Amino acid sequence: MFPILEARFIAPGIRRFIIQAPRIARKQQPGQFVILRLYEHGERIPLTIESSDPAKETISIVVLSVGKTTRLLNSLQAGDAILDVVGPLGKPSEIRNFGTVVVIGGGVGAAMAFPTAAALKRAGNTVISIIGARSGELVILERELSAVSDALTVTTDDGSYGERGLVTDKLRQLINQGAHIDLVLAVGPIPMMKAVADLTRAPRIPTIVSLNPIMIDGTGMCGGCRVLVDGKSKFACVDGPEFDAHQVDFDVLLQRNSMYRGPERESLAEFECHPQAQIESMRAASAKVCVLTGGRR
Amino acid sequence: MSQPPAGSANPLPLRDRMKIPRQAMPEQPAQDRVFNFFEVNRGYSEELAQQEARRCLECAKPTCMDNCPVGVNVREFVQSIVAGDFRGAAAVIRQDNVLPAITGRVCPQEDHCEAACKLHKKGESLGIGYLERFVADYEQRMGIRHVPTAPPTGRKVAIVGSGPAGLSAAGDLVQKGHLVCVFEALHELGGVLVYGIPEFRLPKQIIREQLDYMRAMGVEFETDVVVGRTVTIDELIEEEGYDAVFVATGAGSPLFLGIPGEHLNGVYSANEFLTRINLMHAWQFPAYDQPMMDLHAKDVAVIGGGNTALDAIRSVLRLGARKAYVLYRRSEAEMPARAEEVKHARQEGIEFHMLTGPVEFLPDEKGWLGAVRCVRMALGEPDASGRRRPQPVAGSEFDVPLSVAVIAVGTSANPVIQSTTPGLDTDRRGYIVADPATQRTSRRGVFAGGDIVTGSATVILAMGAGRRAARSIHEYLSTGSW
Repeated sequence: MFPILEARFIAPGIRRFIIQAPRIARKQQPGQFVILRLYEHGERIPLTIESSDPAKETISIVVLSVGKTTRLLNSLQAGDAILDVVGPLGKPSEIRNFGTVVVIGGGVGAAMAFPTAAALKRAGNTVISIIGARSGELVILERELSAVSDALTVTTDDGSYGERGLVTDKLRQLINQGAHIDLVLAVGPIPMMKAVADLTRAPRIPTIVSLNPIMIDGTGMCGGCRVLVDGKSKFACVDGPEFDAHQVDFDVLLQRNSMYRGPERESLAEFECHPQAQIESMRAASAKVCVLTGGRR
Repeated sequence: MSQPPAGSANPLPLRDRMKIPRQAMPEQPAQDRVFNFFEVNRGYSEELAQQEARRCLECAKPTCMDNCPVGVNVREFVQSIVAGDFRGAAAVIRQDNVLPAITGRVCPQEDHCEAACKLHKKGESLGIGYLERFVADYEQRMGIRHVPTAPPTGRKVAIVGSGPAGLSAAGDLVQKGHLVCVFEALHELGGVLVYGIPEFRLPKQIIREQLDYMRAMGVEFETDVVVGRTVTIDELIEEEGYDAVFVATGAGSPLFLGIPGEHLNGVYSANEFLTRINLMHAWQFPAYDQPMMDLHAKDVAVIGGGNTALDAIRSVLRLGARKAYVLYRRSEAEMPARAEEVKHARQEGIEFHMLTGPVEFLPDEKGWLGAVRCVRMALGEPDASGRRRPQPVAGSEFDVPLSVAVIAVGTSANPVIQSTTPGLDTDRRGYIVADPATQRTSRRGVFAGGDIVTGSATVILAMGAGRRAARSIHEYLSTGSW
């Protein structure tokens, strides 16, 4: 069991958790993720680690309510516990002095990009951050990213905050202005990452994306997270999650991520019939495991 | 020659023993079992077990034991069954095998003890596996009384992986008085026994019972730890004070065919497919949250001819598929699956297409898997494995319409531990190099065994490696010499 020490919504539908996970906190490096399972009947889902504190033995994650599992997760509070949290998984981001790096975070991708941006800054890079959201209330981590960036731009689709438009509009503007860029790191929805890759391909700006395919074990055992990179099959869990954006087949990734759209909708619809009952039964089940095992499994 | 050996519990002369036919394993009828996940084999009754045990010739030099990877004293436990001392029989097996209820179900005895049985040369071998299973189940039903303990040595051993190799080593080491902690990457213990082997061949309850027994012996378990990521081998030794580490992580990474269309929705690796079903209960969706593709009235094929392939395709049938095919590029003689599995699969209505090699997965109008294009194969000269190499017959392509394809063509080494443990030697395929007799690796205090050393093999071979590792870990901890 992994106790939740803090949980709060940082934007509508986006919740930040601080979880006690001593082993993971000691080892986490930027770019890595965890897989968690909430209760005995739960599915395993991967989530990027936003930050860790080895001294306090904690990690933090930022979760957007999308389907049943993330809604259940976002109903948990400080004092609750998560049944399984395993990690840190995946290869860490490559951190060195590249020169000028543009870090792009779309939606909750801002939370995923944050630890790498901070590490790149510490490594001496000039960090230009661009974060985007549908509207102003959904912009997250602006203050944190701003603290590790030499420049930060916020874009919103509806123009309710920052610059109106997409993160790629800002990137295009930078490229067109002739800004010197040594590396682009983009984390967010697949169409956004694909658009970034398309923008930086012609000017040959090295570009890294962090992929989020469907995953089960996260250790390289099942191959469910395979992605097509340079025409070859790669496992995002052990070979990634970061890849050269110009070699990723985003269409295959989009298609594979839609594989369970039907069951996902069914699950969510069933959840929405009796959300409170399902939340209570999940919490009761975890509490039972906790009592039976004294918190250890 | 025909008289029973002196002191035998079995009064039958040897020639009468040979007249007893091998007692058939009671099975759930094929027409019923294709609709459920309950175990196919129901197990011997006491009467059947004793009748089967009476067939044993009590050889003076029992070759069955020599052929057992963990060295179970077959003759002695079989004689305890004849004498009606089923608990005694269990105690004999447990000296050498900590997981008898599991090996009694999934060990390919026909390749080991039963292949060496003298009765085999004269007809049908003794049903040693069936008897082992009977004894283990009897003991479990009656309640295990004896849990061996040993005075503590104060030495700590970390075991990486809770599959058959790890559990076998853990059982032996804890009986020597060492503190043993088993680390498991997944949320459930058992490794391939829980994620790979389906309920109808090895019920999860059996695994849980065996694990409870190991906990009672004092073995500790920690789930959700990916050694190499969550903690490294060096940290286990230097920071957590482990005196020795046994790496038993299994083969791990699924192989794909490398043919076009493998990324289409509907193409699974056997590992993923079986993990969804067995570990995540996806077939019980939406009672469980992990989904899988709906197989009702669909046509499904598995590609490969091993036990994993048959486990996958037999599961498919139970999930409502209309057609279930095995596509195998060699002929039936080369199929690595157990004879019993092939028999069961045929009874259940699975279609076998031999000498059939997939060359491309073709999409349907939605862009999901719609068919597999295959080519007929012919067997040529023997290859490195000693089996005749299949070669495509030019111009023989044909398409098989499919909604789901499961690829079960083997595994390769998972690199996570090797790449995070400096000085740990691997072979050119990435498997850990370990001495076959001692399971020692190139790193002092680090041992390895099972599929991560040999590549995909069987439960019992992994358990044999676990035993050898336990023996040499004990020796290393006792003498300190490497």
